[in-house]
Amino acid sequence: MIRLSAITRVFRMGDQEVRALNGVTLDIASGEYVSIMGPSGSGKSTLLNVIGLLDRPDSGHYELDGSDVTGLSETERARVRREKIGFVFQSFHLVPRLTAAQNIELPLILEGVAPAERSAQVDAALDAFDLRDRAHHRPSELSGGQRQRVAIARATILRPTALLADEPTGNLDHRIGAEVMALLEALHHAGTTLIVVTHDRELGARAHRHIAMRDGEIVGDET
Amino acid sequence: MNLRDTLVLSLSTVASYRTRSLLIVLAMALGVAAVVVLTALGDGARRYVVGQFSSLGTNLVIVLPGRAETAGGFPGASLGETPRDLTLEDARLVGQLPQVRRYAPLNVGVAELTSAGRLREVTVLGSTADLLPIRHMKLSQGSFLARGSEKSAQIVLGSVLAREFFPDGRAVGQRVRLGDSRFLVSGVLAPQGESMGFNSDEIVIIPIDYAQELFNTESLFRLLVEARSRTAIEPAKAAITHLLKLRHDGEEDVTVITQDAVLDTFDRILTALTLGVAGIAAISLAVAGILVMNVMLVAVAQRTSEIGLLKAIGAPASDIRRLFFAEALWLSLAGGALGFALGHAGAFVIRLAYPVLPAYPPAWASVAGVATALLTGVVASLLPAARAARLDPVLALSGK
Ligand SMILES: Nc1ncnc2c1ncn2[C@@H]1O[C@H](COP(=O)(O)OP(=O)(O)OP(=O)(O)O)[C@@H](O)[C@H]1O
Ligand SMILES: [Mg+2]
Repeated sequence: MIRLSAITRVFRMGDQEVRALNGVTLDIASGEYVSIMGPSGSGKSTLLNVIGLLDRPDSGHYELDGSDVTGLSETERARVRREKIGFVFQSFHLVPRLTAAQNIELPLILEGVAPAERSAQVDAALDAFDLRDRAHHRPSELSGGQRQRVAIARATILRPTALLADEPTGNLDHRIGAEVMALLEALHHAGTTLIVVTHDRELGARAHRHIAMRDGEIVGDET
Repeated sequence: MNLRDTLVLSLSTVASYRTRSLLIVLAMALGVAAVVVLTALGDGARRYVVGQFSSLGTNLVIVLPGRAETAGGFPGASLGETPRDLTLEDARLVGQLPQVRRYAPLNVGVAELTSAGRLREVTVLGSTADLLPIRHMKLSQGSFLARGSEKSAQIVLGSVLAREFFPDGRAVGQRVRLGDSRFLVSGVLAPQGESMGFNSDEIVIIPIDYAQELFNTESLFRLLVEARSRTAIEPAKAAITHLLKLRHDGEEDVTVITQDAVLDTFDRILTALTLGVAGIAAISLAVAGILVMNVMLVAVAQRTSEIGLLKAIGAPASDIRRLFFAEALWLSLAGGALGFALGHAGAFVIRLAYPVLPAYPPAWASVAGVATALLTGVVASLLPAARAARLDPVLALSGK
């Protein structure tokens, strides 16, 4: 359960102020599938970052799964991100030195899971995302679709309640993009809240709820 | 993130940036090696000097006739008064002092040694049986001057002289002529080489009575005294001074020097030198530390988006800080270990090249060198690690 009320996020560039989010109020129930669309600069990524506790609003309140997370310290926010949120980015953000398996393992290491249990979970994820034969390849040796599958496996290895995807298909061609979307939708069917920011009308339309943004405000919210 | 995973992950990072890591490790290693090698040299020099002194004898107290002038004069040359002789009787009484283990009177001169048609001018030492243990001399053949037989005409030859005069190697029992008297060769000294500028391989030793007769003197050149122990050196010095003052009508007309005083001075000077040299070498470690800091700052800048990702998947600032910290630790650990090995190898090569110099790196220097490397590396990583931990995740993810 995500509950935002009157969220404002202002960026200052010299003497100029940009209201990236201007009084956003939004409820998203657990297990929803939401797309966020809008022109460039309308505040979609900023909204996603606030929801994912990567960014702090300048004013407003944020309640996640029944508890107020507005005033949490940096360390507490890191813990909530680790336990409840999974991020998927347009540019994958894999660690280039690490293999696919090691990239997927990272959240488990951060969480302090024991090595034996880690490898079992990583193995299961490699199977689930059809990456078994790519386990020991580095990101540079993987295709775009494979990279995004590694990123999704990493985002979901700790079973987050919400999966936040910021243009997950932006760097992929149409067919591969559709495959990646199908993967994300499968996770939604398994119960995860799925929030996708996209420029692609066709992909956006697949969501069950469509949020439109403009100039830092929500201008449309249709189911 | 637990400690073990932090160490493993940072080690793999260090290993994957091979050139960068190698550079830092090398810089660290050279600094540590410099500390180890230079202190080995300094301490080797110190040991060499100390060794030279102790080869003269342990717990040695030396009595010279004449008063050492503080204002630059030298013993036996004080103006205005003729110092009283230091006699054999003086020596005998000094030998009875409780602080004294043994003593050896000494006269030195030059005379012609002849035998079997060969003739050569040699340095002659007149002394007694106890000269051998006091001066740590060794024999290669025969026996030294016999105890209590000062009146028998024996002679001990230095090893080079023995070889020159008796090439067949059978010197003991042969007769030689020294000045106008005939002597029976009782023993040959083992080769000792040069020690404090004095070559004991080209001397002869005869009983003190014969030497005084040969050089026509009643006064000893030196009186060598061995104190019972290291702590007895100063009491022995005082007792000798007191005794000889009494015997010489209340005049302090001898000089008593202890080897320890001289030795301590050298020891102190050379230790200070070693420390100074180690300090200079440690500066190169500080330079390595600056290099570490610089390279780590660059690494933080290069890996900004990776740091952002780690934060996005839930790494707290403390984990990020520890990761960079651990990287510096690995680098300086490797640098320290390599430097330690290089330094000891260098000292070994020096010992091979200059066998007389005991260039062993002192343990404190090795420890201090490695510890300084670790400390520098870790201190140098504080700023980059803190900077990485402070990065804003959103900005970091976008690579800004
Ligand atoms: N760190 C920042 N500093 C200054 N301005 C920022 C910063 N981040 C975002 N902005 C501004 O805030 C506004 C919203 O940005 P945001 O990235 O949320 O847009 P977006 O809808 O995701 O756009 P796009 O579709 O291009 O990704 C923009 O005007 C942007 O320039
Ligand atoms: Mg965006």
